Amino acid sequence: MHLILFFLFAGFCLAGAINLLLQTHPINSALSLIVVMTSLAVLYLLLGAEFLAIAQIIVYAGAVMVLFTFVVMLLNAGREERTLGSRAAARVGFPAVVVLLAVLATIILRAQGLVSAHLGAGLTNDPNGSNLVVLSQVLFHELLLPFELTSVLILIAILGAVAIARADGSKVDGAERSAEK
Amino acid sequence: MSFLHHDVPLTWYLLLSAALFSLGVVGFLIKRNIITVFMSIELMLNAVNLSFVVFAYQWHEVKGQIFVFFVMMVAAAEAAVGLAIIIAVFRVRATLAVDRINLMKL
Amino acid sequence: MILSLHIWLIPLLPLAGFLLNGILGSRLPRWLVSTIGLLAPFLSFVLVLNAYALTSYSAVALPYVETFPHPWIAIGGLRADFSFFLDPLSLVMLLVVTGVGFLIHIYSVGYMAHEEGYARYFSFLNLFLFFMTVLVLAGNVLLLFVGWEGVGLASYLLIGFWFQKPSAAAAGKKAFIVNRIGDFGFLIGIFLILANFGTLNFAQIAQVLTLKAAWHGGVLTAICLCLLVGAAGKSAQLPLYVWLPDAMEGPTPVSALIHAATMVTAGVYMIARTHFLFDRAPIALAIVAIVGAATAIFAATIALAQTDIKRVLAYSTISQLGYMFLACGVAAYSAAIFHLVTHAFFKALLFLAAGSVIHAMGGEQDMRKMGGLRKKIPVTFWTMTIAVFTIAGFPPLAAFFSKDAILYAAFVSGSGGVFLWLVGLLTALLTSLYMFRLWYMTFFGELRTADAHPHESPRSMRAPLIILALLSICGGWIGIESFSAYLAPSVGLHPAVSSFPHLELILTAFAVLAALEGWLIADKYYRRKTERPAQLAAALPAGYTLLANKYYVDEIYDAVLVKPLFNFSRYFLGWVVDTGILGGIAWLLAGSANLSGAILQRWQSGNLRSYAAWLTAAAAVILLFVFHASIGSYLGARGIDVQLNLHWMGH
Repeated sequence: MHLILFFLFAGFCLAGAINLLLQTHPINSALSLIVVMTSLAVLYLLLGAEFLAIAQIIVYAGAVMVLFTFVVMLLNAGREERTLGSRAAARVGFPAVVVLLAVLATIILRAQGLVSAHLGAGLTNDPNGSNLVVLSQVLFHELLLPFELTSVLILIAILGAVAIARADGSKVDGAERSAEK
Repeated sequence: MSFLHHDVPLTWYLLLSAALFSLGVVGFLIKRNIITVFMSIELMLNAVNLSFVVFAYQWHEVKGQIFVFFVMMVAAAEAAVGLAIIIAVFRVRATLAVDRINLMKL
Repeated sequence: MILSLHIWLIPLLPLAGFLLNGILGSRLPRWLVSTIGLLAPFLSFVLVLNAYALTSYSAVALPYVETFPHPWIAIGGLRADFSFFLDPLSLVMLLVVTGVGFLIHIYSVGYMAHEEGYARYFSFLNLFLFFMTVLVLAGNVLLLFVGWEGVGLASYLLIGFWFQKPSAAAAGKKAFIVNRIGDFGFLIGIFLILANFGTLNFAQIAQVLTLKAAWHGGVLTAICLCLLVGAAGKSAQLPLYVWLPDAMEGPTPVSALIHAATMVTAGVYMIARTHFLFDRAPIALAIVAIVGAATAIFAATIALAQTDIKRVLAYSTISQLGYMFLACGVAAYSAAIFHLVTHAFFKALLFLAAGSVIHAMGGEQDMRKMGGLRKKIPVTFWTMTIAVFTIAGFPPLAAFFSKDAILYAAFVSGSGGVFLWLVGLLTALLTSLYMFRLWYMTFFGELRTADAHPHESPRSMRAPLIILALLSICGGWIGIESFSAYLAPSVGLHPAVSSFPHLELILTAFAVLAALEGWLIADKYYRRKTERPAQLAAALPAGYTLLANKYYVDEIYDAVLVKPLFNFSRYFLGWVVDTGILGGIAWLLAGSANLSGAILQRWQSGNLRSYAAWLTAAAAVILLFVFHASIGSYLGARGIDVQLNLHWMGH
């Protein structure tokens, strides 16, 4: 069961990621990314991270990606233009990616002592224990201050986003209106 | 039945994570739309998150998952600010092509 | 109870005035600037008077030392303090500096009333007083040098006060550079003192010399000659006098204060202050005397042919300073200081009176265009007359006593003394001649300019003139004997003994006769037969042009020193060293930076994706570097485990 689910959603993940690359229209890419994220949520579930799976769907697939689609629509982004591109990206970037992947794969394959994952296990091996309880105990006791700080961070990010995106001056206002049309 | 109850080696998860990460990098390199480039970054973040979860499983270490949680928060904040920047840039340049946005001044 | 004289306040008050006027002056009203500018020297003067009163009634014993508790420099064996040293010598100097300085400050209020940069002028003047009092009060050579350099700076700033005028700026520069040569000698002297005595403190140096009674000549001569170079630079002696005539480009009160009364006498003061060194170096002392005598007569002859009223006075100053050096050279330090004091009075008076004349003539300095001013500006005329009679050496005016003391000391100073005396006597005659020439040309005859409307100067200018005139009359009445006795703790007694009882009287008669002769010649040539000087000049063209052009010394210096140095700088240093070597290196550096910039610039294409590519490449390289051992083993199939931390956590 675990294996099937893994292959299924790992396949969705890879397919979504590849589709993200192949699509030229940003809205298609965004939808592909949503597929990737949802599949990842299932994989988290398989690894016993129920909380993260839900958070992944709510935060990523829900909030962040909706934001993306909003922006795509707001800016009326069409198909990608054919631009000159970058020679460095082709000549340096792709060999570098290949090397990177090769090195990572080598390290992962050489790594000793990795266990196998089976369903029902997670942070705790206790059948009556809950992963969520373990997580929340640490999060709200030991790491309460950083947790609260993230809310401040997000607040600042919201303010920053408003400040940056706000149109200042009539000329820019016009540009915004034309962008909205 | 044994197939159904077969466990998945964590190596595979890690390989998937590495593959997703590399695809994210490739996306960054080949995509021409700045929004898609930003999506590639999100993809890379997700790939890393996956490996965090995997190691949390490996070591029964709750902090691995908490780390993922924090990464999500940061990613959400980053998405908000990043998209705001994209909007601001678009207002000035009226383009989303990465290759056309190659000057830091207006 | 030990009274404190607070002499540290004497320099500090003018410094405060300098800072106040220098920083805020341009925003303050003029009356406030004048108040600050006058208050500082006045309070200093009061403090000096207080010090004088307390010491003369023996409430405080001299020498009196005030030292800042924290050492200024303490490196190894060297220790220099901010120590102020008050003894009769520095007290006399302080009285002159702050007293005459204060009078000239008052005069400046009237003289500079219509000038731009009023606050700047007063702040510089206060700065000068600060450094001058530091120089006078310094308890060690190093602090003296600080004051020495500081007055040079103030002098430079004030000569170039009208810096928009190219000649004034050039004159300031010239004064500074020529003084540099002297300061170079002075510095070498300081280093030699430090190397040989291990201390820079005057009292300690004197102590060392007392312990080594047999130490004469040798390195002491070298030290003294170096100090002499410094003194010659500051006091405008041969061969470094050339800056002083040009320094007349500055405002006239500045010429009076700095270039006549106080700063230029710093060289004399320095020699008197280090007299214990000079006493042990007879050769150096003889050279001092020769330099002084030569300068005295040399400058006096030049003064004969000058037409600019201030330049006549400048050469006269050089000549009088030569007298002081002559006195130092025959070890008659108290006579030198005596002449210094009287000279400060009458030369400040001469300059201020000349300034008043110039003021009256609306800025005209050429004596050929003056004349007949006697009736127009009576106060100036009478004070100037007193000054002229004083400098000529008529009894019972101040300079009569001091000049007499010098001539007498020179005469009795042993072999060669008579020759020095003769030179001094001839100089006295010339001095009288050119001063009366100035007097006649300025005040007698007819006014030689049509469009001038001479007017008397304001009261703030007349008052200092009158006070200085009184001082010029009475300044010498104290007499050389009591003056020497007062100074004896500082410079020692140098009794001039003569076997011939009436020698002094006879010499005095000679001096007065010389002065009278000078007057008579001037009277004949510049009042009664005004056409004669021109005829004389025509009859002796070579001699006249030689004098009028100041012996071509400036031109000779220019050809022998300045031009070669300039050419060396321009062609060798400028072209070869600067352009060739330094420029080449700079060019290479710049070129390589440019080249690497041109290469690296391609990285900074501004293209986001190429940045990403390089970032990825770097990540790959770092990963390879970190894990190269394990990857290498994997590729080589050596069976060596990956050194990952996974091992210890394996389940």
